[in-house]
Amino acid sequence: MPGTQVETRYVGSIGMEVHAELLTESKMFCGCRNAFGGEPNTRCCPVCLGLPGSLPVANRLAVELVVRAALALNCAISPIAKFDRKNYFYPDLPKGYQISQYDQPIGSGGWLDIESEAGPRRVHIRRVHLEEDTGKLMHLPTGDSAVDYNRSGVPLMEIVTEFPPDMSSADEARAYLVKLRAILTCIGVSDGKMEQGSLRCEPNISVRPEGSAAFGTKTEIKNLNSFRAVHRGVQHELARQVALLRRGDRVAQETRGWNEARGETVLQRVKEVEQEYRYFPEPDLMPVHIDDARVGLIRARLPELPDAARVRLVDQYGLSPAEADLLTQTAAWTAYFERAAGLCGNARATANWMMGELARLLNAANLEIEQCKAGPEALADLLAMVENGRISGKMAKGVWEAAFETGEAPAAIAARQGEQISDADALGAVLDSVIAAQPDVWQALCAGDEKKLTFMVGQIMKQTRGKANPGEVNRLLRERMAGGAQ
Amino acid sequence: MEPLTQRSLRDLRDAVRSGEVSAREVAQAHLNRIAEAEPSVSALLAVTADDALTQADAVDLARSRGDAIGALAGVPIALKDVICTRGVATTCGSRILSGWKPPYDATVTARLRAAGAVMLGKANCDEFAMGSSTENSAYGPTRNPWNLACVPGGSSGGSAAAVAVGEVAGSLGSDTGGSIRQPAALCGIVGLKPTYGRVSRFGLVAYASSLDQIGPMARSVEDAALLLDAIAGLDPLDATSVDAPPFRAESAMRGDIRGLRIGVPTEFMGDGVDGPVASAVRAAVEALCALGATAEECSLPTARHSLATYYILAPAEASSNLARYDGVRFGVRAAGGFGHAGMTEASREAGFGAETKQRILVGTYALSAGYYDAYYLQAQKVRTLIRRDFDAAFKRFDVLVTPTSPTVAFGIGERSDDPLAMKLADVCTLPANMAGIPGVSIPCGMDRGLPIGLQIMGRSFDEETTLRAAHAYEQATHWHTLRPEVAC
Amino acid sequence: MPLTLDDVRRVANLARLELTDDEAAVQLRRINELMERFESLRELDVEGIEPTAHSAPLHNVLREDAARPSLPRDEALSGAPDAREGCFAVPLILEAS
Repeated sequence: MPGTQVETRYVGSIGMEVHAELLTESKMFCGCRNAFGGEPNTRCCPVCLGLPGSLPVANRLAVELVVRAALALNCAISPIAKFDRKNYFYPDLPKGYQISQYDQPIGSGGWLDIESEAGPRRVHIRRVHLEEDTGKLMHLPTGDSAVDYNRSGVPLMEIVTEFPPDMSSADEARAYLVKLRAILTCIGVSDGKMEQGSLRCEPNISVRPEGSAAFGTKTEIKNLNSFRAVHRGVQHELARQVALLRRGDRVAQETRGWNEARGETVLQRVKEVEQEYRYFPEPDLMPVHIDDARVGLIRARLPELPDAARVRLVDQYGLSPAEADLLTQTAAWTAYFERAAGLCGNARATANWMMGELARLLNAANLEIEQCKAGPEALADLLAMVENGRISGKMAKGVWEAAFETGEAPAAIAARQGEQISDADALGAVLDSVIAAQPDVWQALCAGDEKKLTFMVGQIMKQTRGKANPGEVNRLLRERMAGGAQ
Repeated sequence: MEPLTQRSLRDLRDAVRSGEVSAREVAQAHLNRIAEAEPSVSALLAVTADDALTQADAVDLARSRGDAIGALAGVPIALKDVICTRGVATTCGSRILSGWKPPYDATVTARLRAAGAVMLGKANCDEFAMGSSTENSAYGPTRNPWNLACVPGGSSGGSAAAVAVGEVAGSLGSDTGGSIRQPAALCGIVGLKPTYGRVSRFGLVAYASSLDQIGPMARSVEDAALLLDAIAGLDPLDATSVDAPPFRAESAMRGDIRGLRIGVPTEFMGDGVDGPVASAVRAAVEALCALGATAEECSLPTARHSLATYYILAPAEASSNLARYDGVRFGVRAAGGFGHAGMTEASREAGFGAETKQRILVGTYALSAGYYDAYYLQAQKVRTLIRRDFDAAFKRFDVLVTPTSPTVAFGIGERSDDPLAMKLADVCTLPANMAGIPGVSIPCGMDRGLPIGLQIMGRSFDEETTLRAAHAYEQATHWHTLRPEVAC
Repeated sequence: MPLTLDDVRRVANLARLELTDDEAAVQLRRINELMERFESLRELDVEGIEPTAHSAPLHNVLREDAARPSLPRDEALSGAPDAREGCFAVPLILEAS
């Protein structure tokens, strides 16, 4: 049939490089403190400034944390790991090389399972290795740049997914990152703070016509500092590449940055030639031998991982898998849920409340659950008060907001708020009894005799001994009048 | 009475300890000698007179109070300028570090300070310790005290000349391919490269990290041993330093070498070795045998590949070690060049000398894609073969003896245009760096008024046997007592 | 196989060395003289031989995770050719990391 053409369908391939700063007290190769922020260049020494003559000595805990992460990600642990130098010039890299791991990473050949709209999927992990972070660049008003080496030498773990990629959509990319973050925070390896850059992800993306075996040219996206940005960035990039191909253009191998404000990826750098990093074994550091006994010990000390917690939450509390996912997003969420549910004895209400009101408030305040002033004990008290009818569900929201804001005990807040009856259900009941006692007045009012309104309010106030919220009473009356007029 | 500047390090230490002289007198006498000899030899890049006198006064004060004083209290020393000294310029003989004052001390610097040694200055060297003549210093060559028209050897030429001429009683050098032993030989003093890992490298500006080692230079084996005693030992700041049984200077000075088995590798006695040098080494072997040792010729078949192996591995590591000189955090920033990358290129172009650039280029090439296996990895494997040669030899012998340098000192400028000839100066010393074993050079003869050096190599961490052989030979001969006549 | 001038230029670029034409020519000659000596190495049979990357036979040389004082900032910045606002200042960065 001339003129008709079936539009080519494209499939996406998404790989992911994730960098996580490790939760150590000191840096990777020196004793400077590993912390976020602070005055520039105040956590620096000859080693992390790369001063001539300085030498690195590797942090034992950092090695152990990477082993822990690799085990949690189902990797094989290399019995002999070594450090290598990755050579390139950039002002945030003080030695002109980054100490990293090249051909003998600590972990390799792992996986993690994700669940997305497309169903369950196993994402394979090629390697997990240990390296050091770089400094930070800032711009000076003169147009020059300024370097702060506080972050230089902070222990950094890199997790790279396997090729060919297992992921094909933005949903999966986000699900992978959510799960990875859940695991890393659960095992105490990373604080998972994407907004502070302690967890960073760089997806690489390509598309190819459905049925084609050859992978398309891939691009890398940087500057993705939230799950939402990852989802939007990947989605945008997939669409951009498909549009290019549909137009008959080709995709260039390049690094693109996510521009949150514009909601699109923008070109950062064209990668014409592969960078030549001239890796070679780091002569200043000896190999690390990780024997089976050590691996066994670290494995034995792993806490319950999110997948196991998720299964258990479904079994034990009757939650749906999606609910369990949300409640195991970090170890802190799981702990919060289990504590609150245990105290109040109502797992269903606890789950609903956490996924609804708690998540909403945390989101609005941009807080982590660990920072929440209203702990699981507060939530349990609140839910108990609802359950035994001391407060209504609606009132509970107000009490919870106040508790979230101030950290005050819900019982105290409810007692104070209880002095005035604002609850619509409670006031509605009073209103019903007043209407029943004064049917003529009510008829007149509904017929348009506005002067009768004051009388009705007066009756309600009398019945509640003045505790009714007059504004709320007025609102309810008018609502009921409108209903009565129909 | 012998002038203070001619007395041994041990003598000076004992004299200060007993109160025969004050540390200040010792320091002042050496500062005077520096003022006298420096115009001729140019051994030092910086003289730290004020600091030195302050340190000396502290020693004298402590002694007068009856406080404990360090093992080297009052001993005047110099440090090669690749060793970091807090607040004192450390240039590595390079323009790119002109005026750089490290905010920290190298571990050896701190240990010598703690031992009460008095640092008089920083010694000249080839830029970043790359060279065999000290002509690659951006601050001009040092001259050989025995013949001012000749080189002192290198790269620790300043450290060697300063000791030979009596400016200091001892010094520290660094040795990556022979940079302590070869200048010691050419200047007629004792120079020891310890086993890799014996002395901390923390604060030693790196040339080739897997080969570099700091070691002592002095006018006698015992003096070198005393210095080693003070600087050796495990350092938590250097992950390549080794927790070996401690070295004890006294036990190395027992003098008895009866039954010592000496191997003489034939590879270092033939072509390329000057006749008088080979003769002097043979005579030295005979002298050792006269003291009760036995000697036998042997072979290190792969050792002849040391030069090629070295000139791949060392530049490869150097190309990476020298990447930090980018004009950002320290050193000299050159004007010109656009943007940050242009600034870095301009700074490196202006800051590095030709030899340093050559080694950076060779090393970068050896590590680059497509050449890594053919050059770098191949060299690392050959290095394994060289080490095996030594392992096999040390099953039969306690020490191995060779010339330190195939020739005596050559003229300044003589080999400048022939870098390959220059590099041949290290053929005898390179293998010990490949294997990581200790090697000492001691004076064993003279040729046309210039000293000849004897190299004795020992097993890993067996400095004791190595130095015992060297000490026994020294005590039986007079070569170490000869002194150059410079500006006296 | 001897290096070409292009090789020297390529390697110089990797090493951030900006050689003048004269320098590049001299370096090319000298490096080739040196590389010629390396050829003998490549003929050696190293089948099955492990490479030596370190001189000392050590492993697991690790430090405990404990923070120690850093340098005072003025000392950290003391060697900087250009320090401003507590930072190391560098000219405009044109290249991406």
